[in-house]
Amino acid sequence: MAYLFDTPEQRQRMLAAIGAASVDELFQQIPVSLQLGRELALPGAVSELELEQDLQRRLGQAGGGGVCFLGGGVYDHYIPAVVDELTSRGEFYTAYTPYQAEASQGTLQAFYEYQTLISQLSGMEVSNASLYEGGTAVSEAVFMAMRVNGRDGRVVVAGSLHPEYRQVLRTYFSRLGTEIVEVPAVDGVVSVESCRAALTAETTAVVLQQPNFFGCLEDIGGLTAAAHAAGALAILAFDPISPGLLKRPGDYGVDIAVAEGQPLGTPLQFGGPLLGVFTCRSEYVRKMPGRLIGRTVDRRGRECFVLNLQAREQHIRRDKATSNICTNQGLLALRATVFLSVVGPRGLRQMAELSHAKARYAAERLTSLPGVVLKFERAFFREFVLETPRPATEVLRLLSDRGFNVGPELSRFGGSLGAGLERCFLVALTEKRTRAEIDALVSALGDVLGS
Amino acid sequence: MRNPTATRLLFEMSESGRGTVVFPESDVPDVSGVPVPGVEHLAAGLLPLPELAEPDVVRHFVNLSTLNMSVDSHFYPLGSCTMKYNPKRHERLARLPQAVASHPYQQESQIQGLLSVLYELQGMLAEISGLPGVSLHPAAGAQGELTALLTAAAYFRHRGEQRTRVLFPASAHGTNPASAALAGFECVQLSGGRDGFVDLSELRAQLDERAAVFMVTNPNTLGLFEKDIATIAAMLHEVGGLVYIDGANMNAILGRTRPGDFGGDMMHYNVHKTFTGPHGAGGPGAGPIAVRDFLAPFLPAPVVTFDAARNWYSLMVPEHSIGRMRTFFGNVGILLRGYCYIRTLGGRGLREASDCAVLNANYLLSQVRDFLDVPHGNRCMHEFVASAKRLKEQTGVTAMDIAKRLLDYGFHAPTVYFPLVVEEALMMEPTETESLATLDAFAAALRQICSEPAELVKGAPHSTAVCRPDEVNAARKPVLCWSAEC
Repeated sequence: MAYLFDTPEQRQRMLAAIGAASVDELFQQIPVSLQLGRELALPGAVSELELEQDLQRRLGQAGGGGVCFLGGGVYDHYIPAVVDELTSRGEFYTAYTPYQAEASQGTLQAFYEYQTLISQLSGMEVSNASLYEGGTAVSEAVFMAMRVNGRDGRVVVAGSLHPEYRQVLRTYFSRLGTEIVEVPAVDGVVSVESCRAALTAETTAVVLQQPNFFGCLEDIGGLTAAAHAAGALAILAFDPISPGLLKRPGDYGVDIAVAEGQPLGTPLQFGGPLLGVFTCRSEYVRKMPGRLIGRTVDRRGRECFVLNLQAREQHIRRDKATSNICTNQGLLALRATVFLSVVGPRGLRQMAELSHAKARYAAERLTSLPGVVLKFERAFFREFVLETPRPATEVLRLLSDRGFNVGPELSRFGGSLGAGLERCFLVALTEKRTRAEIDALVSALGDVLGS
Repeated sequence: MRNPTATRLLFEMSESGRGTVVFPESDVPDVSGVPVPGVEHLAAGLLPLPELAEPDVVRHFVNLSTLNMSVDSHFYPLGSCTMKYNPKRHERLARLPQAVASHPYQQESQIQGLLSVLYELQGMLAEISGLPGVSLHPAAGAQGELTALLTAAAYFRHRGEQRTRVLFPASAHGTNPASAALAGFECVQLSGGRDGFVDLSELRAQLDERAAVFMVTNPNTLGLFEKDIATIAAMLHEVGGLVYIDGANMNAILGRTRPGDFGGDMMHYNVHKTFTGPHGAGGPGAGPIAVRDFLAPFLPAPVVTFDAARNWYSLMVPEHSIGRMRTFFGNVGILLRGYCYIRTLGGRGLREASDCAVLNANYLLSQVRDFLDVPHGNRCMHEFVASAKRLKEQTGVTAMDIAKRLLDYGFHAPTVYFPLVVEEALMMEPTETESLATLDAFAAALRQICSEPAELVKGAPHSTAVCRPDEVNAARKPVLCWSAEC
């Protein structure tokens, strides 16, 4: 066996020390009637070489070789080589939760730096050390809002929030009495008036997204003020690249800000593992979910880092914990830390500006095709909804045949984004897309629509 | 050799105006035909992120990494966490193009290879558990628990039953009650028998039509196989309840017995433990669940299906699905590593891994029980729990002191103060990927520590960069973010 190395003789010595005649005897704790009594019916063991050959054959081609214009929550951003190089150090990726501070100062300091970088990025006072991904971060934010203001009757959710985030929220709350009220987006955004109309004295929070799922920019300031006027918290899901160009959640005065942190140095990986970014006002810190790293001193007064405020967590507080999360997304948080360190404020501004400029160029060129329009005539950041004369599923399939991966189509999410969107799909741009690729997409779409 | 100047905080290494240039100039012209963001949306200026040079960043993180203990560098017998060797081959295979670069909204035609692997993994996890319905969706074990509880709740609702209580023994992981509470259940904790097993009469007294699910880790957190598990399951089933197996300890029983065969109705796997996805300094994990066939229609979406006639893999929402627990499919990067592990070991290899994990744990137990009490017997499965209670009474040395002193000997500490049912608990899980020589050296270090002067042990660790951070003050006045003022 590849990962075992005791010889038969050594095993006999071990059994003798234990006082057992055989390994089978050690399993006598398991009643005979419950023992499997046969080998598991799995494919036979293969060597590293055979496995690599098999997987090369099955996974060796990325996305049919197409160019990625896909959006909807995760994006094909550039990842500097140094991110993979540093985070693949075994001292990081084969360690676990830093329970023993003295044996984990590397991890602890890196996560303290992560928390600080995320605070700087979001304009929020405190960040935790990560949650699973953006969707669960939204649900955790709503649970936290309930702990903060003691209201549990209603949560108001923007109809422009990622439909999968809303689905997660509905699942998480499926056994609880809290009413989830969705405020439909009209012409791509949620109006302050309709949000205000949905708020009650029992509403714990309003959940918003900026840029929203359609890529459009919302009036977060106005919506936050409406939430606050009703005594509710404002929860904002933000795009972690957008602060390079746009206001940060903290600039709008929101109470909790979450994000899907994937664009910060994590590859797409078919949507997982990802990075749940979670931030809030410092006054709520004791109500936060997830791990927190704190700075302190040791016995000899040396500065160091520890897991802090663990009394909130499940391993101490059990059924009264602020969340059930244990294993988080440490390695992805480390990727974000290295990513932000090497990209810096100027690099992030470049990423945001390039993505924005290319999205604007793509939008203008694509809408020059006959019958192709922006569904919403509104400002966007790096993605937008395009409407064409043909069903979106058909258009996207034909584009993928031509080497362009575009979407998702809005009909994929049922009616959750509104009616009459069958001919609409998202187009997302990052700094990686070149003018030549955009121009080629335009001619491919023209080709598809003309055929 | 450590370089302390490189481990200053990133923010202290920053020089404003360094002007890192990472990306190319824009290659597209400015356009005028689309709406522009208004000034109310625009950032005021440059973000207050640090400005660093790449060589400094590299030196910083390389030096930070040397302050960690890890499986690659040290024996890491952290009980309940299965810190086994993480094969390097998995890292390379998980970076294959379709695995690393596929977008979750990619056309199905472009990810047939990836879907075929995930479909195969679903089948493997069904076979290993003896439970046919598998969802790869949950992000980690704790989310697997919550997912299964909501799946059970949907099943009960479908049957018109109002079941409100989730039961678990006092030795349960904290995630069990936390997940039950999050799912809106009333938590009922059983104290358990003195022998470390579930007390059947105590359980029976709590079982009625309110019982939804009994959550139990098997082997349990004391490293014992619940000998009455079949009876326990029958008792639950008699009142219409379900049995949930917390799969954190699956590494003990692969190919020896299966949750589905010993009465479990649902379970989660911790892929990062049992199937050696690396632990990543705290994650990511993957927490797939397996359930009985009658629960499968309620599993979260999506699952992978295969149409043999068309030779086509696709994503499907089960008939009565509880919905989504997270965005997208699942933690594919970790699932793929687990798949690689199962493929390279096969059925026989998995069983041999468990055999060696149990052999190593029992051997270590045999080497420590003459100087440390092991309250729950002379045999264990893949881990055992020793107690420093007697030592503490005699010399004042606690489980935490022993844990800290082990670091001086070059060993990561066991899990301490868990499970809660053992005083001064030291929970040791050596795993199968450690040699006899390592186990002997570890046992010798433990033995030495137990006879060392108390003040030496209580002052440990002596060899690490820091010693006993002040956690009390850290919690009293939390400093969670660097600022120029502090």
